[in-house]
Amino acid sequence: MADALNPLLILAAIGRAVLNACRTVGDVTIFAIQGVLHLFRPPLYPRLMGRAFMEIAYFSLPVVALTAVFTGMVLALQSYSGFSRFGAEGAVANVVVLSITRELGPVLAGLMVAGRIGAAFAAEIGTMRVTDQVDALTTLSTNPMKYLVTPRLVAGAIAMPLLVVVADILGVMGGWIVGSVKLGFNSSSYLASTLDFLRMEDVVSGLVKASAFGFVVALMGCWNGYNSKGGAQGVGAATTAAVVSSSILILALDYILTEIFFTR
Amino acid sequence: MSTVPKLRMAGVKKAFGSKMVLDGVDLSVEAGHSLVILGGSGSGKSVTIKCVLGLITPDAGVIEIDGKNVLSMSRREREEVGDRIGMLFQNAALFDSLPVWENVCFKLLAQKRISRAKARDKAAEVLAQVGLAASVGDLFPGELSGGMQKRVGLARAIAADPDIIFFDEPTTGLDPIMGAVIDGLIVDCVKKLGATAVSITHDMASARRIGDQAAMINKGKIVWSGSAATLGHSGNAMVDQFANGEREGPIQMELRK
Repeated sequence: MADALNPLLILAAIGRAVLNACRTVGDVTIFAIQGVLHLFRPPLYPRLMGRAFMEIAYFSLPVVALTAVFTGMVLALQSYSGFSRFGAEGAVANVVVLSITRELGPVLAGLMVAGRIGAAFAAEIGTMRVTDQVDALTTLSTNPMKYLVTPRLVAGAIAMPLLVVVADILGVMGGWIVGSVKLGFNSSSYLASTLDFLRMEDVVSGLVKASAFGFVVALMGCWNGYNSKGGAQGVGAATTAAVVSSSILILALDYILTEIFFTR
Repeated sequence: MSTVPKLRMAGVKKAFGSKMVLDGVDLSVEAGHSLVILGGSGSGKSVTIKCVLGLITPDAGVIEIDGKNVLSMSRREREEVGDRIGMLFQNAALFDSLPVWENVCFKLLAQKRISRAKARDKAAEVLAQVGLAASVGDLFPGELSGGMQKRVGLARAIAADPDIIFFDEPTTGLDPIMGAVIDGLIVDCVKKLGATAVSITHDMASARRIGDQAAMINKGKIVWSGSAATLGHSGNAMVDQFANGEREGPIQMELRK
């Protein structure tokens, strides 16, 4: 008990945790650089990129679409309820489009994809690791990083912006439906107000964020799967770690990118 | 006649943390011969062949293939050596997401030695060598029994006509009859290719069937090597205890009581 309260031991434990965190950041960074560098050395695997792209962009579409529509609808209701307190109901369309394109579209789509794709990548690569399939790739004249990681990183960075374009459109549509059907806005003036207020940089900043989030989700899924150990428990832990780490990184990266884009 | 061994390991050491797994492994296999490495669980068998395959980098020692030290080779040279090596993993390690024909021809496709259009025919040809019908090529690994997976793994290992083939516990998890079938296929395929084979196993029947040389590894060191035919009456107490499955002898299992 006395040992547990020894300040030096507590300090040592904190030091170990910090060193481990630094080591992990270094490992992930090297892993990401290696994954990207393989893109510039043949062979490339366009079929695998296409498969990963379909997995992210096409099969994630329903969950991202539903999230976007309901988020737009809730946003319209909430902003109307708040703005009506000081007679600013007319700003509802502007708030909805700005929030969706700049923040909620990319962030919520990113979190949804993190849950779906980050987990799937970690589980698939983790299972391959614990069943010797990753080693088998090496013995079959194939670099596992190039075969398993690079196509997924590329697909993540390309597919997410496309998903977010859809999420933006559907999110704004959700707000428009609630605005015109429930809140009594004139349908065409709601849309006109939305389009007048929207600027290209709002959409582009959201798409750049989406690309970064897609890369991060794929990276954390691949990294955790690639480094999983043990059997089923190791794969399960890798899957959980992939979802948690990519979700946190999405939120942290969102703040950093917002600072870069909008703080001048 | 060349006196350079196909594979030679000298003083190979590997530790994981404070645990010394390989403590100076010395091995030599002549071209066209079949060596079986015996040893209990955790004795360093798998780490030995993973070092040769380049999956683990040893801490010290020399690993030569055709007289060239693979540990001092460039990445490209190492890849070229790897292109001439085949491997059958313990659990076959087939790629779940690919059909059998693509698993079998994976290396040929990776090396661009064959087009995808011709790969199916080639896979059917190699599957026939391991006693499987061409229709198996369209199945996925998850649809195969353990014995069929091993045979597909063997087909994948021999499809690219390797010079050296490694077999990691080829009969583990199979019934005795299927084990004998796999051993027979291994012997046939290795002879047909004229390849050098290195197998690790603790199945004595399998060791006698597929090996013409044998070596015993214990606590990371080769403690005996000789003819596989003498297993069980080699004169080495450790080997004979292991081969005959005797409880008493120089090898003591660490059991907590």
